[in-house]
Amino acid sequence: MRGIAKSMLTTLSVFLRPPVTRDYPNVHKPLPERDRAFPLLLWDQDIDEPFCTGCHACERACPVECMTVLMKDNPNHTSVGGNSKRRKIIDKFWIDYARCMRCNICVEVCNFDAIAMNNTWSGHETSVHDRKDLVMDLQQLTSQSHRGGIKEWVPVLGQANES
Amino acid sequence: MVIESAHEFETQDLLLNVGPQHPSTHGVFRMVMQVDGEVVRDIIPYIGYLHRGAEKLCETMDYRQGIGFMDRTEYLAAMNAELSYVMAVEALAELEVPDRAQWIRMILVELNRLSSHLMFMGAFGIDVGVFGTPFIYAWREREAIIDLFEEISGDRMMYAYLRPGGLAWDVPTNFVARCRETLTAVRQGIADFDGLLTKNEIFVARTQGIGFISAADAIDFGMSGPSIRASGVPLDVRREEPYLKYNDVKWDVITHTDGDVYARYLCRLGEMRESVKIVEQCLDRLEPGAIMPEKMPRMLRTPPGEVYIRTEAPRGEFGVYLVSKGGNRPYRLKVRSACLSNLQALKHMSVGQYVADAIIVLGSIDIVLSEVDR
Repeated sequence: MRGIAKSMLTTLSVFLRPPVTRDYPNVHKPLPERDRAFPLLLWDQDIDEPFCTGCHACERACPVECMTVLMKDNPNHTSVGGNSKRRKIIDKFWIDYARCMRCNICVEVCNFDAIAMNNTWSGHETSVHDRKDLVMDLQQLTSQSHRGGIKEWVPVLGQANES
Repeated sequence: MVIESAHEFETQDLLLNVGPQHPSTHGVFRMVMQVDGEVVRDIIPYIGYLHRGAEKLCETMDYRQGIGFMDRTEYLAAMNAELSYVMAVEALAELEVPDRAQWIRMILVELNRLSSHLMFMGAFGIDVGVFGTPFIYAWREREAIIDLFEEISGDRMMYAYLRPGGLAWDVPTNFVARCRETLTAVRQGIADFDGLLTKNEIFVARTQGIGFISAADAIDFGMSGPSIRASGVPLDVRREEPYLKYNDVKWDVITHTDGDVYARYLCRLGEMRESVKIVEQCLDRLEPGAIMPEKMPRMLRTPPGEVYIRTEAPRGEFGVYLVSKGGNRPYRLKVRSACLSNLQALKHMSVGQYVADAIIVLGSIDIVLSEVDR
């Protein structure tokens, strides 16, 4: 009986501790900076176009082949009277969020820091009724960064902390 | 009418199907029990429901891409699975891992062992019939560890954080302080489990003397991890073939001689305390430095060769056999799963026990079906 009494005492002591749960849909846990939800494309606010040049590096590196990239000549390039230095720019971009396994490899291989993992709650709460709606197009992928709704964290690979 | 029979009551054995989708089978595992009344006479296990061909898939991936699939092989201890894989690649490519990366790896692996054992405590509690309480307690401390992993790697379960050569990126600057905070929570959690279950007469009555396996039988079945250490065999890869820095820290191999379900529980409880000790020592000795070797190629290629690397995952020996014929991807990858070997002993341990006890025996060997099927 003493063992059971001790068990009850443990339960009682836990009962008196403050709760650790949150009222989830109403209260969100603050996410760390490095949080990885799904990848999205970043928007160059200075020139008002995406950073992405459509170089296919992420498409080739993706282990689950969830990306489709098409590039085009940049209509805003300096040679045709624009103010952008990007000769090529992204034309169409689809990421199938249903396939993506959030491994961060696309972010690592990007030479232009044009793609980042979403570290906000909007990247996690993506439930839809139809699986087809999880295929995100260019507009959907860039809109959050366009609005300035993300402070992205692009990892510096293999570099140690300064101390 | 005369019924001629040797026994007073002769009843037909009943075939009882358990699973594949049943909470007590810890995943999609199906077994057909032949029961005589309440007593199990035979168990026919069916595995393969979660087979994804991860080994074959890895052959089409380069070494970095394969890490994501190793996470999914052993999802409750993804760091340990990653570690075996990256160590195999490092052995092939002859990479020298910097000290800091090794200490951090060791911390992460031991924390992952803690979170996995906490998960065992919770799920095992449900199997035994202490419904709810230990499960929620386990979730609470596991959450602390997973939050820490999220701050480090960005993901809560599929970390993809270890890389051949070291780590993907460095830990946050407040890493040591956060680790100590987490350890305080975990120590409290272990004390809670100890108080809740270890001396509880109902729990002891349910688990002691159930599912016995002798040391000789356990060796014959190729068991490893806490399941074999509970039978009195001090087999621990961390001690047998020290990797990382396990030789530089003080810790004990926890063994018990009873070989029953209760011993397996005690073994894991003791191991959690040892893990806390290991992490504390690692934190004391963590120094700033490089986390990747200098001159890492952009695309890692390995010379032809083959290697077998084993590490001690929470469930036992997690081995990776890697064959390379040159190039940037494995020619053949074979995962030696501890769960698969441990699961073979299920029939041996449960025949002759009651149906309810067979469930406890299955829970006590702590299987992860995605590792069994791969």
